Order: sequence, then structure tokens, then C-alpha cells
Amino acid sequence: MILPPVDPQIETQRPPEKPPLRDDTHFAASKIAVFQYVTVIIFFFLISGFWKLQVQSPELYDERAQANSIKSVPVLAPRGRILDRDGRVIVDNYSSFSLILARETLKEEHLRAIAQGLDLEYDDLIKTVRRFRAQPKYVPIVIKQELSPADVAFVDSHRDFFPELVLIQAQRRLYPQNGMLAHALGYTGQVSEAELDSPEFAKYEPGAVVGKFGIERQYNDWLTGADGQRQVVVDNRGQVRKKLSEKPYVPGKDLQLTIDLDLQAVAELAMDAPVNELHVKNKNGAVVAYDPRTGDMLAMVSRPTFDPNKFTGGIKARDWKELNENLDHPLMNKAIQAQQPPGSTFKPITALAGLESGSIDDLFQVHCSGGVALYGKYQRCWEKRGHGTLALHRGMTQSCDVYFYTIGARTGIDNLSFYGDLVGFGQSTGIDLPHENIGLMPSAKWKMRTQRQKWYAGETPSVAIGQGALTVTPVQLARAIGGLAVGGTWRQPHLVKKDNFDGKVVHWALNPDNVKDIVDGMFGVVNEGGTGGRARLPNIPVCGKTGTAQLTSEDYAKLHGKGKDLENAWFVGFAPCNAPEIVVVALYERFPGHGQYAAPIVRDIMKAYFDKKIRLTMFKQEQEKLSAMASLGLPTRTAASSPQPATPSPQ
Amino acid sequence: MKHLSFRDIDWPLLLITLVICVVGVVQIYSATIDTNFHGSWWKQIIYLFGGLILMWVIMGIDYHTLLHWVFPLYFAAVFGLLVTYVVGEAAFGSRRWIPLGSGMRFQVSEFVKVVVVLLVARYLNDLKTEDLEIGEGLKLAGLVLVPTVLVLKQPDLGTSLTYVAVLVTGAFIAGLRWKYVLVIAAVTVLVLPVSVHFLKDYQKARLVSFLDPERDPQGTGYQLIQSEIAVGSGGMFGKGVTKGTQTQLQFLPVPHKDFIFSAFAEEHGFVGVVLLLSLYFVMIMRIVQNAQTAPDRAGMYICMGIAGLILFHVLVNVGMVAGMMPVTGIPLPFMSAGGSSVWSSFLALGLVNNVRLRRFVN
Repeated sequence: MILPPVDPQIETQRPPEKPPLRDDTHFAASKIAVFQYVTVIIFFFLISGFWKLQVQSPELYDERAQANSIKSVPVLAPRGRILDRDGRVIVDNYSSFSLILARETLKEEHLRAIAQGLDLEYDDLIKTVRRFRAQPKYVPIVIKQELSPADVAFVDSHRDFFPELVLIQAQRRLYPQNGMLAHALGYTGQVSEAELDSPEFAKYEPGAVVGKFGIERQYNDWLTGADGQRQVVVDNRGQVRKKLSEKPYVPGKDLQLTIDLDLQAVAELAMDAPVNELHVKNKNGAVVAYDPRTGDMLAMVSRPTFDPNKFTGGIKARDWKELNENLDHPLMNKAIQAQQPPGSTFKPITALAGLESGSIDDLFQVHCSGGVALYGKYQRCWEKRGHGTLALHRGMTQSCDVYFYTIGARTGIDNLSFYGDLVGFGQSTGIDLPHENIGLMPSAKWKMRTQRQKWYAGETPSVAIGQGALTVTPVQLARAIGGLAVGGTWRQPHLVKKDNFDGKVVHWALNPDNVKDIVDGMFGVVNEGGTGGRARLPNIPVCGKTGTAQLTSEDYAKLHGKGKDLENAWFVGFAPCNAPEIVVVALYERFPGHGQYAAPIVRDIMKAYFDKKIRLTMFKQEQEKLSAMASLGLPTRTAASSPQPATPSPQ
Repeated sequence: MKHLSFRDIDWPLLLITLVICVVGVVQIYSATIDTNFHGSWWKQIIYLFGGLILMWVIMGIDYHTLLHWVFPLYFAAVFGLLVTYVVGEAAFGSRRWIPLGSGMRFQVSEFVKVVVVLLVARYLNDLKTEDLEIGEGLKLAGLVLVPTVLVLKQPDLGTSLTYVAVLVTGAFIAGLRWKYVLVIAAVTVLVLPVSVHFLKDYQKARLVSFLDPERDPQGTGYQLIQSEIAVGSGGMFGKGVTKGTQTQLQFLPVPHKDFIFSAFAEEHGFVGVVLLLSLYFVMIMRIVQNAQTAPDRAGMYICMGIAGLILFHVLVNVGMVAGMMPVTGIPLPFMSAGGSSVWSSFLALGLVNNVRLRRFVN
């Protein structure tokens, strides 16, 4: 077989060695495939991450997103206002800013700068913050109340740095100036830890503002409203962007007192007035005005006083120290807390005990020669020259000690303590204020119980003139004398006005003749040249009794021997004599003078009371006349143009 | 000889890119509506048009020409980074920007990404090898290391790592042997604890907080936690545009820039995330396809470098948002607000089209 000849051109006819266009990149195909697989894996990896976050547990993150942006801010309810008996506002509220720390965003290292910027003590601040550690996070920490404009500016300009600072609007208490009625009103403040443990305040959260003293404390539940809450959306700097929901607050209820601001003002001014003839500038003590027919307290003053406004924003340590270390006890409500021997103001009670027990009658006579020997002890009368022979009436007007030593000895401690108990000494009056002191009415039983000793008859005469172990408070004395003056009905004193108040009433069928004898005697004290002549008022029959008592041994000790000439000066008065409407008790503690100096303040308050009464009566008559004219179709323009009828001067 | 046609542009790729850009603008609008940056969305639109023009310009220059000029470009890039280092405007504790006056700033390191892509392509193309020798690989690495270190010193860890990503992609495609890959991986693992010492404190803190974000929730872990909360609270369908609380109330850090995906995830939910990630996935796959159809190695390296670059950006940025990656400040291409980022992304896109346009031309 012969092969065909090979084309000699075959070598040259081979296609050129030119590689296909893309052969160059073929080597990378498998690597690119790997890259593609890696890309697919990476995308599945990423999507798995989002699956985990968005599909498997979106609720968890949703919650956290809300926790980020939704904040609950308390909306503080204002406390109820306190009004006087005519509805005039005594204690009001005003809005101010409080600063709270939102603890979700709180950083402790910020506290130093915050304390500096807001003029707070760093140590106090850190202590406060630490104290709240155990509390749940939504409980805000109030770090400053009553922010000054400078404080507000600081907070506003540092929002970026301190997102934990949140300003909230708060209602602050505004009390009368110059400490007027301060002791009765009391003050508010942040609830203390000790209080939180007591059942009374158990329902409050730390940082809540509660009544601490006086009416504010006594009627705290009534005055306190229910705080609301506002849910807001905030951004990362804590600025509020939107309001989500609001639970409105319920404001506290207003509280109407029996206090008459007119009388209170007179009492306050009279208490601050110096006694020039004795060169006394400041008087310590108390004045109370009381309506024996109802138990209403019309005025209550205690000196020295304090400014409750200093407490509303948290009292400064310096102010607190000053108040606390003052020997005259500015924070003590002397109207209910001063326990002092009543001195001669007790003599009406001694007389009552003598007359009612039948130990004496109004004609019983005693000769005073400046002193008397009883039970082997010579007891002096305050009038060294003696009063001569006197019966009950002159015994009262002259306040003769010898007379009362004698009838006290005749009447005996059992009768004295019985009638002392009856008029309420040694017991709580039940007044609606916290921390009332009850004084002491000594008796044989009391001595046996406390000293395991029998009563010596020789101790009785000093009790009969209001000395010895006997101590009373001004409110007790007002209630005792008032109840006696109205004929034997002692009503519970109270500060809050209620219709048909039916507090504790003690009734005892006293012999009206005996009451009349005593009232006449007290009339004589004021109007017949007795010791209380300074209490006299034209047109109004005022009855009264002075009292000058030695200091208690404790008080004396406190003065370190400097108080030799100091005594407690009392005056108790009521008017009108036959149908008493008002009883006023004044007590000047550690005062360099006798009870007669306490009489003018009582007179001033009574004058204010009766002036006002006359004014109101005339105004009412005028109104009636005008309305009668109006009903007849006569012009009543005068009613609008002269709403206040001329006030007659009772001088 | 050259006949370029509009028709040959990668229209699907461009379309996907523009969709992502529009989503980005809407998200920027939503994220900044209540902030001082509320004008960012229209600025972004201007940047986008600028980016499109840049893309058009870069498409017109043959990529071979670009590769020819790559070393001057490289030195210009290094010089630019040095200038940044000297006159750079410090912000958030790092010098990344050259101020251009009137509030405009220029971030050199963004454009260096494109230069690095070209550098790697040129170097590997010149080698003409299918099995990259370790020595050559290290030389290339040395070249890339210069800008990397300069950017790392700004300090900007995220951006500097993108250069490394381009290098790694290129080396892998060029056929670096598996054993070298393993050796490099092992060395990296060994060196990592040492290199931690060279990190800035805040970078260390970020690393620690990535491992345990709750350790310091108000401090370094803050961004991570807030981002996770934003993403997680978005749920399946999201809270709606301008309704994301984390975004709108600014709990989310820079929700129109580095954390834009977090804001998007909060407002559009898992469904939105999957759709958006799908777009990125298709985008990368389109670029890889362009690499496969490239007329020569140089074009392939360019396309793969860009694919690797974008993949790395998506991995690090989106992973960071979901708490799967540590916080490193790199933007999400085509979405994050910012001129430099948008322009460098469109330049990269222009390079891809550049290669594509010339696939039939020889």
C-alpha cells in the first residue's frame, strides 16, 4: 500500500501559535470559584447573624430599645393648701424645679463635677446615691430641690455631659414670713430613713416629701396628694422628644384651720413687741387664744420662732445646728410643749376645789399678815406687808398667797388633784398637733407611784398656789380656765375647722354659784384694782388672773445662776365674763417681771377679737339693709362702691 | 481600532448599584431628619452624581494605560497619605482628612484603595505566573504595606485592612500555594497577641468590647450594644422609615455613616436586610463574572481586587453592625454618607466597566 505523499507544506500550514483570547485567565477559574463559594458563605454568615438578632429574639432587643428611650418621670402632686378660718391662704405652693438623678444613666465619676456645679457637698451626694443602691432603678434620687436659676442653667448647659440629670417641676411650700404660726403649721421635708421604718410612713418611697412637724405632720395624709407619672421618649442625651402617656396627679386636699389670721397677726406682733419699762427686747414663751364654746384654737404663737421655708428644700446643716443648739429651743412649740408651774393662775382651780368640795364658802375669811405658819413651816405671801383680813373675792383680786395656802390646806391634796384632773392638768388635751406635753398634776397617788412616799400635808399649800411639782402647758391652762368659765364644759382644743366638731368633751355639773364667785373674782383682778389691771378693756368685761411662777429647777440650772431675777410670767384672761367667747393665755418664760406684764398681750388679742366681731356685725347689717333695698327695687350701687362700712372705733 | 459602546457597560451592575445608592439616600434622610446633619441626604445625591461622572471618566481611560502609570500613582498615593499625616484634620481622635476649605474634606485613604487594586493587578500581571512564589508575594506585600502602615498610623485600622484584603485576594488568585497560605495564617495567629501591644488603647478597648460588649456598656461597648439593640428591635419587618427609635433618638452612633446598615436593619427589619444583602451579593457576583470574562489577566486581577475589596467592606461593616465583627470604622460602599467613600466606590465600579468594555477589543 502506498501512502499518499505528504504535503510538504503541512508544517507551515499549522495554525499560528496564538493562544485563544481568554486562555490566559483560565488558570484562575478554580480560584475564582473558591472566591465565589467564600462570598456565598460570608453572606450566609452575615444573614445568620441578623436571623439571630431579628428573628430569634426581637422582643429582648425591643425591650432594651424601649428601656433606652422611654423614661418614667414623676409628676409631683402639690400638697393641699392650709387656710385660716375665713378661708384666707396661710400656706401656699409655688412651682420650682427639682433635680433628680436618673439612675439608668448614672455614672459615679460624674458626681464630683455635678456636686461642684450645683454647690452640693460631694460626700453627702455620694452617700445619698449609695443609699439608693438597694432600691429599684426607676426610683429617682432627688438630689436638689428649689433650684436657683444658676442651677437650672448648669443643668441645661451640661446635658451632653451629664445625661443623668433630669429636671422636674415640683410644687414647693410657701410658709408665712418671719416664722408666723410656724410651730402650729410645722414644715415638710424628705422622709427620713427612720421614718420609713415606722408604719405611719411605710407607704412612702425614699425621697418623698412628708410633713415633719405641726399640722403638716398631723394631717400629712390629708394634705398629701397622689403623684402622677409621665412616660416620655428621650434621646441619647436625655432630652424629652415626645410624651407617651400621663397619669395625672391628684392634688392634696386643702385644710381649713380654726386659726384667725387677724388674731394671729395681733398675737405675733404683740409677742415681738419689746417691754420697754423692763428693758426686755425678746420674749420667750407662748400665747394661745381658744374658744371655750367650741374648742377652736384662734391663735397660737411660740417664741422664739423659726422660718419653716428654710426646711422646704432640705435645711442646710448650718441652719439646723443654729436652731438645734439654741438654748431657747426655737423648734419647741411652747404652746403645747412648755411645761411650767402655773403659779397664781392655778388659784381659780384651788378656789373651785375649795368651794365645790365644801371646804370653804365664799365668805370664808383669812387674815394675811405677810405670811402664815402651816404644818410647822412659815410660808410667805408675795405681799410682804400683808393683805389684812380677806375673803374669797379679795383673795382672788389681790392674789393673796396666804389666803390660798390656807384654803389649800383645808381642801387637801385629794380634792385639789381631783379638780386639777377634772380641768385637764396632767393629761393630754387631745389637740391635733404631734408631740404634746401633758404637764403634771401632783397627787398622793402620783407621789406614791413615782417616789414610793406618802404625801405630806405640808406639800399641799405650795400646790394650792400653783407651785411645787405642778406643771401645765399654755393650752392646758386655756382649756381649764375656759371650761370653768363656761360653767363646767371642757372641750378638746383643735386647730382644724370641722363642722359639728365632736371631740372629747368633759362635762361636770359645777355649782353655778361657785362658778360665779370665781368669775367675779377674776373680773375683780382686771377691773377692781387687782393684779391684772393692764388687761382692762372699755366696753368689754374682761376677766383674768395673773401668775408669777418660779422657774423649775431644771430651767434654773440651765441658766447657770444668772437667772436669779427671772420668773415665768403668766396671764390667763377671758371675755365677756358671763358668756365667755375667747380665752387667751400668755406665758413669758424666764422673764424679769411678774404676771401683770403678760396682761397687755391678752388684752390686745381680745380687743382684736371684739373689734372684728363688731365690724362683721355692722357689715352684715349693712348687707341686709342693702339686700332689703334691692328687693324693693331701690338702687344698690352703694353696695358695690363701698363694700366696707365705716368701722366704729371702740376706743 | 477601539470601538467602545455604551451598550457594553454592565447595565445590571450599574442598576443594582444605583438601587443601593437610592436606598442609602433614603436611609440617610431618615437617620438625620432630626439632627444637625439633616442636609446630608441631598449632599449625598450630589456626591452620587459626582461619582457617576468619575466613573464615566475612568471608563474612558484604557485600564492598560492606568496600569502603565501605576507607580507614579502609587507614589502620589503615599505622598498624599504623608500630607494627610502632616496637615490632616483631626476628628474623633484620628487624622484622616485633608481640609479643602469651606467644610469640605478629602480622605486620601479612600482613593488609595483604587490605587492598591491597580498596583496589585499590575504587579501580578507582570509576573505572568500561575504559582505565586512566596518571595514575590512578600515583595508585593511590602509595597502594599507602606500605605497600610501610613493609614494604620492615622489611626484608621479598618481602611488599612481593606488594602490587605485586596492583597490577599490578588495573591490567592495568582496561585499562592496552600502551604504558604497556612504558614501566613499560622504566623498571623502567633503575631496577633504581640501586635495587640501596638494597637492604640481605644482599638484594644474595641477589641475587648467586641469579645465582651457588656463589660463596659456605657463606654467602649456602647456602640456595639446600641447597634445590636437597633438591629434586634427591628424584628422581621422593621419599624418603618423614620420610625426607628434607636436611630431617631440618636442612641445609634453615626447612623448615616458607619452604622447606616444598623439604622436600615432597625427600620426595615430582617426582610429588608436580606433584600439589601442580596443586592450586594449580586453586585459582587456580577463583578466576579466580569473578572471571568476579562480579556486578559490584568483585567481579571482588577475585577477580582475590586470584588475582594467590596466583599471585605460588606463583611466588616455589616458584621460589625450585627455584633459579629469588632468596631472598625469603615463605610458601607454606596450607602454610607460621605463624598470620598462614594467617589472611590464609583471609581472602582468604573474600573470594572473599563475592563468589561474592552473584553472584545484586541
